[in-house]
Amino acid sequence: MKVLAALSGGVDSAVAAARAVDAGHDVTAVHLALSRNPQSHRTGARGCCTIEDSNDAFRAADMLGAPFYVWDLSAEFQEKVIDDFISEYAAGRTPNPCLRCNESIKFEALLDRAMALGFDAVCTGHYAQVFQGPHGTELHRAIDHDKDQSYVLGVLTSEQISHSMFPLGNSTKTEVRTEAEARGILVAQKPDSHDICFIPDGDTAGWLARQIETSPGDVIDAVTGNKVGTHKGAQSFTVGQRRGLALGNPTGDGERRYVVDVDVSQNIVMIGPPTLLEIDIIEAIKPRWGGPLPVNGQAVHVQIRAHGDALPATVHVDDELVTITLAESLRGVAAGQAAVLYDGTRVIGSATISRSRRSAAV
Amino acid sequence: MAYLDNAATTPMYPEAVAAMAGLLADPGNPSSLHASGRKARRVVEESREKVARALGARPAEIVFTAGGTEANNIAIKGIAWDQRGNDAKRNRILVSSVEHHAVVDPVEWLQQSDGFTVTWIEVDAQGIVTPQALRDAIGANPDDVALVSVMMANNEVGSVNNIASLTAVTREFGIRFHTDAVQAPSWLAVNFAELGVCAMTVSAHKVGGPHGVGALVISRDCSVTPLIHGGGQERDVRSGTLDTPAIVGFATGLELAVAQRDETVTRVKTLRDDLVSRVMALVPDAIFNGAIENRLVNNAHFSFPGCLGDSLLMLLDAKGVECSVGSACNAGVAQPSHVLIAMGADPELARCTLRFSLGHSSTKNDVDELLAALPEAIERAKRAGVPKPALEVGVR
Repeated sequence: MKVLAALSGGVDSAVAAARAVDAGHDVTAVHLALSRNPQSHRTGARGCCTIEDSNDAFRAADMLGAPFYVWDLSAEFQEKVIDDFISEYAAGRTPNPCLRCNESIKFEALLDRAMALGFDAVCTGHYAQVFQGPHGTELHRAIDHDKDQSYVLGVLTSEQISHSMFPLGNSTKTEVRTEAEARGILVAQKPDSHDICFIPDGDTAGWLARQIETSPGDVIDAVTGNKVGTHKGAQSFTVGQRRGLALGNPTGDGERRYVVDVDVSQNIVMIGPPTLLEIDIIEAIKPRWGGPLPVNGQAVHVQIRAHGDALPATVHVDDELVTITLAESLRGVAAGQAAVLYDGTRVIGSATISRSRRSAAV
Repeated sequence: MAYLDNAATTPMYPEAVAAMAGLLADPGNPSSLHASGRKARRVVEESREKVARALGARPAEIVFTAGGTEANNIAIKGIAWDQRGNDAKRNRILVSSVEHHAVVDPVEWLQQSDGFTVTWIEVDAQGIVTPQALRDAIGANPDDVALVSVMMANNEVGSVNNIASLTAVTREFGIRFHTDAVQAPSWLAVNFAELGVCAMTVSAHKVGGPHGVGALVISRDCSVTPLIHGGGQERDVRSGTLDTPAIVGFATGLELAVAQRDETVTRVKTLRDDLVSRVMALVPDAIFNGAIENRLVNNAHFSFPGCLGDSLLMLLDAKGVECSVGSACNAGVAQPSHVLIAMGADPELARCTLRFSLGHSSTKNDVDELLAALPEAIERAKRAGVPKPALEVGVR
């Protein structure tokens, strides 16, 4: 196959591309330029987006004997990932930019362009598995549970999955590093990238504060309806959050209080005891299916955070609305996050959480 | 394989390789006083004389540098500082809006970091600076001008300026003039004395010599504030031990390029004209950018509507056809061409460009290979489309 390998400049994508070469594919490498004003060198532990990373990717391609190009997707990244991240927060939701990047950049802009240019598949260093199963080409969790990235790939459609290669899905990170060393890949010991690549200092709240105009508003006790404090801007708060409320020591009962609701339109942050966070029904919209749709009432597992647990649930799909009923109640589900549905290790699909609520049973 | 990127660098003449190779193991530093040093010095000075003869200059006017970029930096910063040092009101630099980054960036640095003001000289739709455009840029206040810099031949679209007609204007006002002639000597008769410029940049690897060496030709009456201080080896304008083998390779390549120029120009022009007519026949909506007449005979520059230059380059590269999108790269990302924008092109079309540049070693087979690979490349690139521009295109 003619394979386009996306090289970030890190260990994983380099080993993934090397495995594609070993498998006999005709591999061409691209590095995605996602930042309009890339820094020249890495600072901290972020393994992407600098010119140094681009050079690392170039050297990895050299070692594989693969032609190397840089594709400028910074306009798409700005619009579909960064601007989306800001507007979601501004609307009081909590988006996952990595998932959005996979959906809009790596497996849309990149894959579409690769297919048009005559490639058969795109290869990345994501930890997930693709193989043929009873449902066609299936996307499954990686065998390394700690590294599994199927959650952020849950947005892939079955068509996209069938043109994707994830050669690392059957390996552990330790094995991949060892293999990188053995192959002489220079970035073998490069630290893993963490957090959000376009916020290089890791201070998401500070970064958002510079992007979103906020104004002080009231903190309201959801139980009493009384104002118990002020906040600097409702957009900075996420349902389930406890830190940063700066309420001093307001309660007599000593019970910890959490953000239980954020109303951006009225600039109000509601707080309350953890029991108010308990929900067992999640509604999600804009579903993307990696195979056949689930049958209504089907027992599934749902994951609502990148490194969260898979929770038993049943699912009901009504066109664009996915209703997920959890077997056990859960605390602190923020709108904007993705709910990814699994059948065992297989990804069924993904949808964006629009609201969560309590059924009468809770 | 078809190498069609000679404007980026052109293969060394075998004679230049041999001349260099013969000297690589010699120990002499041309500044040393003993026999080995004198031998190296003699080789450098003979090379200087060859370079001077090839460019219509005097040997004493040749300052060897580590390439065209360094020569441009010395000329622009060195002359601007010298002029302002003599007369504080000479604080304005006039520069054409289609220069190479090796000129644009030092000028912008002087503007941002050293208090100079800049006037960008407009070009016409063919990328050429007219005497009237220069006069307009000088405006009512010629006494504040420290330096004018206009390239002899454009690296992207190959447009050739009539430098003598421009120095006729600056001479009226006693204004210093620098020209970046890096693309010129293989294709145009370059006579430093007749051009009337104060300083002229040339580079070895564009004329069949090695990378990493070039020269600034500076007239004797043009004083320059040095950028690199040290041993003062080159007229006190440029310090650093001279690279004797590279200088010999430069002189050998330049001498051959000039000696064979008439023959090469005739042969390459025929190839280029054939390339252009066949590409236009194959891709009828292609746009041929730049001048028809006042143009380097080795340059063919197109916009292919609906096809991103990056996509075409990759697809042709996969077929062994090597060319360029024409504009500068930043970390591998092609920037929208400031040259085409200055010429009035549609910003989207400025990203759909390819430059094919022929050289002394080009053959009809190169053109045939391009034409064989182009139809599929165009078809696939068109399918991949043109994403919207990533950068706000800088219109000056």
